[in-house]
Amino acid sequence: MAPIKIPFGPQHPALKEPESFNLVLEGEQIIDTEVKLGYNHRGIEKACESRNITQCIYLIERICGICSHSHSTAFTKAVEEIAAIEAPPRAQYIRTIVAELERIHSHLLWLGVAAHEVGFDTLFMYAWRDREVVMDLLALITGNRINYGMNTVGGVRRDIDSGQAKQVLESIRILVERTNYYLNVAINESIFKARLSGVGKLPQETALRLGAVGPTARASGIARDIRKDDPYAAYDQVGFKVVTDEQADIFGRTMVRVYELLESYRMIRELTEGLPEGPIAVKAPRKIPAGESVSRYEAPRGENIHYVRTNGTEIPERVKVRAPTLANLASIREMAKGGFLADFPIIIAAIDPCFSCADRMIRISGDRRGELWNWEQLRDYSIKWYQQRGVDLSHMG
Amino acid sequence: MSGEKVANWINQQLEARNVSVPRERRVVAEIAPLKLVESIRMLKEMGMNNIGTITGLDLGDRFELIYHLSNDDGVLLNLKTFIARENPRIPSVTAVFPGVFFYERELMDLFGILVEGIPEGRRYPLPDDWPEGEYPLRKDWKGLSADKGVTVDGAN
Repeated sequence: MAPIKIPFGPQHPALKEPESFNLVLEGEQIIDTEVKLGYNHRGIEKACESRNITQCIYLIERICGICSHSHSTAFTKAVEEIAAIEAPPRAQYIRTIVAELERIHSHLLWLGVAAHEVGFDTLFMYAWRDREVVMDLLALITGNRINYGMNTVGGVRRDIDSGQAKQVLESIRILVERTNYYLNVAINESIFKARLSGVGKLPQETALRLGAVGPTARASGIARDIRKDDPYAAYDQVGFKVVTDEQADIFGRTMVRVYELLESYRMIRELTEGLPEGPIAVKAPRKIPAGESVSRYEAPRGENIHYVRTNGTEIPERVKVRAPTLANLASIREMAKGGFLADFPIIIAAIDPCFSCADRMIRISGDRRGELWNWEQLRDYSIKWYQQRGVDLSHMG
Repeated sequence: MSGEKVANWINQQLEARNVSVPRERRVVAEIAPLKLVESIRMLKEMGMNNIGTITGLDLGDRFELIYHLSNDDGVLLNLKTFIARENPRIPSVTAVFPGVFFYERELMDLFGILVEGIPEGRRYPLPDDWPEGEYPLRKDWKGLSADKGVTVDGAN
């Protein structure tokens, strides 16, 4: 039989974001993959060239709904380096705590998505329920579930008080318990293990050659972690292990992420208990002297690179961002080769490409007045909306 | 290998200019475009085993390209090269680092730089029917005019 080519995306069942793949199949086996990207290109780098540094922080934070703190930290770190200002120790600790909370939120979300892609919806529900524990913590500390707005040039914008610290430690206790349960499931649930083992193989030398990053690289036995290699914030003051795995398949990527959760819990506990006293920010000038800096950051998905060049004004000359997913996409082709069509969704999901979600809505009515709706109001609105179209859903629970 | 050692190695082995170590684990060096591929190949053999990304900059009279290479000790080298703004072209380094494919595509789409020897593939990141001659990250680009637009991206 001659090979056939089928399009997979840009709107497709596996991802919540647009990305298009053309799969070349022989029977059910994938022999090649062509990637088409760019549907989410929003011109943020260009937009940064017409905004001041402070505005850029908020714009850059919105590159991604999950790694928002990753991007804003990487950017502020670069600007601080150029301006030769250093955020105070307490600010560095708070940045690190929020960074690790973000990693937990991202990894739990991933675990749910991965479980869902292989038809293990019970684990999906459990992981996402437990993710709410960390989302509540983030909302408690920063005021937001995503796009935290914590960073500013010279430090952070919100402190962690003793009541919040107590809640952090309590929630971490719950999460440790739950994660140990997932570890047990991952290791002992033979169907889950069989479904993921040997799927999406990425041998170490291929991962190195194609520049894979983050858990994708670490599951292929590459101990690459910017938190250790090029420490920033408070990572040089906290003990943690770089988790690697030799299996080089999706099961390995799962193990790396679950063990990283346990490392993050340990770090957050240590950082919260040892939070140094002092100010949370130093004053930064509006105009940043001319200079350049490359900032590296270990986001939940891998290395995040920000290059910033300034020209002495308050507007940056150039901002360049390389998010981890772009580095890992080159590996997709190798991972899919020889695999089955049915494995493709989990193969893509296993590099953890980004998508964002938010669960609150502000309705802007005709006179542009914002109105905050709660769940009941939203529900009533949707019932009326369907009734007007001849569908009555009011009896549903 | 530490930043100082990388800088010393570059001074001895490559025809580089303005080699400096602005801070711990950061090295900057400039190289002629003709020496780019060979230098990157030698740097890879020396241990700079990854290219994080390539940054393009429009300096007004020429383009600056920065190849961000790193090693396993956390050292990041900004290898800079400068090319003319008229008919800009640069050789591809995909033969040494195949993973840079998307970063070179970005230079092509956003700056209009011809990357010679890049493997065939779809454009990235702009839409399929993005008008010819419009390069958003050039400093003199102020947006598409009203009669130009994008309508059928991804139709094939």
